[in-house]
Amino acid sequence: MRVTVNLYATFRSGRFEQELRDFPLGTMLREVVAAVGIAESEIGMSLVNGCHAPMERALRDGDSIYLFPLLGGG
Amino acid sequence: MDKIVRVNMSDLTTRMEAVPSEWAGLGGRALTSAIVAAEVIPTCHPLGENNKLVFAPGLLSGTTAANSGRFSAGAKSPLTGTIKESNAGGTAAQMFARLGIKALIIEGLPRGDSWYGLRVNKDGVSIAEETELIGKGNFAVVEALEARLGKKCGVLTIGPAGEMRMLSANISVKDSDSKLRSHGRGGLGAVMGSKRIKFIAIDDSGAAGITLADPEKFKAAARTFARALIEHPATGEGLPTFGTAEMVNIVNAAGGLPTRNFTYGRFEKHENISGETLRDTIIARGGSPKHGCQPGCIIQCSQVYNDKDGKYVTSGFEYETIEMLGANACIGDLDVIARADHLMDDIGVDSIETAVAIGVAMEAGVLPFGDGEGVLRLLREEIGAGTPLGRILGSGAGNVGRAYGVTRVPVVKNQAIPAYDPRSIKGIGITYATSTMGADHTSGYAVGTNLMGVGGGIVDPLKKEGQVELSRHLQIITVMLDSVGLCLFIGFPAADIPTCVPALIDMLNARFGLELTPEWIGGLGVTTLKTERAFNIAAGFTNKDDRLPEFFREPVAPHNAVWDFSGEEIDEFWNF
Repeated sequence: MRVTVNLYATFRSGRFEQELRDFPLGTMLREVVAAVGIAESEIGMSLVNGCHAPMERALRDGDSIYLFPLLGGG
Repeated sequence: MDKIVRVNMSDLTTRMEAVPSEWAGLGGRALTSAIVAAEVIPTCHPLGENNKLVFAPGLLSGTTAANSGRFSAGAKSPLTGTIKESNAGGTAAQMFARLGIKALIIEGLPRGDSWYGLRVNKDGVSIAEETELIGKGNFAVVEALEARLGKKCGVLTIGPAGEMRMLSANISVKDSDSKLRSHGRGGLGAVMGSKRIKFIAIDDSGAAGITLADPEKFKAAARTFARALIEHPATGEGLPTFGTAEMVNIVNAAGGLPTRNFTYGRFEKHENISGETLRDTIIARGGSPKHGCQPGCIIQCSQVYNDKDGKYVTSGFEYETIEMLGANACIGDLDVIARADHLMDDIGVDSIETAVAIGVAMEAGVLPFGDGEGVLRLLREEIGAGTPLGRILGSGAGNVGRAYGVTRVPVVKNQAIPAYDPRSIKGIGITYATSTMGADHTSGYAVGTNLMGVGGGIVDPLKKEGQVELSRHLQIITVMLDSVGLCLFIGFPAADIPTCVPALIDMLNARFGLELTPEWIGGLGVTTLKTERAFNIAAGFTNKDDRLPEFFREPVAPHNAVWDFSGEEIDEFWNF
């Protein structure tokens, strides 16, 4: 399956802003986070299709993933 | 010895008073709200002789406590008709604190057409007629007063909008770089204009300064407090790196980014106006990605933004201004938004109220969505010049909606809803609805918990569960921050770093020789919120005013979220 991975803020350093990535069907969000080289403890907000998703979420083809470090407010 | 300084503009007299015992333990918002509630007739006309304009530094202002230099301004708001406290950075709070001025109360109205300037110094306050600076923008006022009184003088000033008593007029405060911070919300600049005061100049030379009850204890607590701010990823890393505009991509991803006058929850050009882009642009042009709104700030979420030629355009370039002009008015161009920000500061209008009003004007067809040059023209030639159209726009989003027959008008108690859609981020919606100030994200910033899990875990932004309790908790805590003189963002380490609140209480105890416990925070918050609400009820407000506009029942993409709280559910907020 193919998912879109969006990275923000300091997660972009040395990585990318947005990439299409292929994973086996049923891959968990946790495995995508590991695959892009981010420690789970650094994650401030993880969204799948704009909704909060736990690391155990089984992903589906076409999902959009958004990963942010803990940032704060405006 | 701390004192209250009182200015009567009806007979142009001033006097100093001892601090009444019931106000002795208060500062900032708790004090301005207590004074307004005690001395202002709730049903008075906000621009009439019975309204009073009150300024007060926070309890820890003037000390070395990090980020403790916020200055509170209070009155009955001409925009909302409610009680109002609006706080800002700059240098004024620390100067007032060093001068031992617990509050400045300005009352009455002068007869005749003269304008005045006030001078505050170690001997008290004096009133002088002013002619030279009338009609001038805020930057020119600061420059002229520095030429008259010296580079170190503090300044509170209103621009042409305040002179014209526009309901979106703000009061600007000089910062350490001779630029401006603003008491933005609620039209307090119009109250100052109604009293015909163009500026208040502050000279703290020869001031007695702050005496700490226990300097050693204070020093240790201040160090622990500062460490907590640096340790928290939001205040130690996120805000200093990207500024508050970091929220553009966060809120866009979550589907709560107001776009095209609250029609959509995402903006396709969000990367053009994001915190990441802002940072890269600032660095490439030789600006500064870090900057404090007040001396002693260790978060540095402000910045200095230059144009393509490396020339200064604006500072204090905030998420709300960037979002409401960038996405909600579809301008999508940081350079244009920065120029608009500078113009709004100079004219002296709230950049939230004005940006939202422009979105409503675009929906009305006054100008097309995305017309950045058109916005600059409106600011310069209409609002700044006080034409009939400019006065409508300067009267705030609610009045623009009324004048043009628009139904999609994002206001609560006639104050504009800022840059978070309450349908997709429901906790902040409860704050908009119930705040004693009208729609105000800073009075209970539920976004941090709804999106980022600040304070112990995420409260799902798309569900109703837990939002009323979250907003209530945050509104109570925020009263404390606004009263101690602390930056709103201290709320993050206070929620997450266990040493932060005890250190804060230790600093208060060491400053004043008290024995407060953390329970004091809840008491101050509850008392102040109830005092403010009682004022509003006496002014004619009811629970039916604690509601969001009807159009929020329409679904917003991408989640098709709707505002689905019943009136009874919202009213539970006040069950404490």
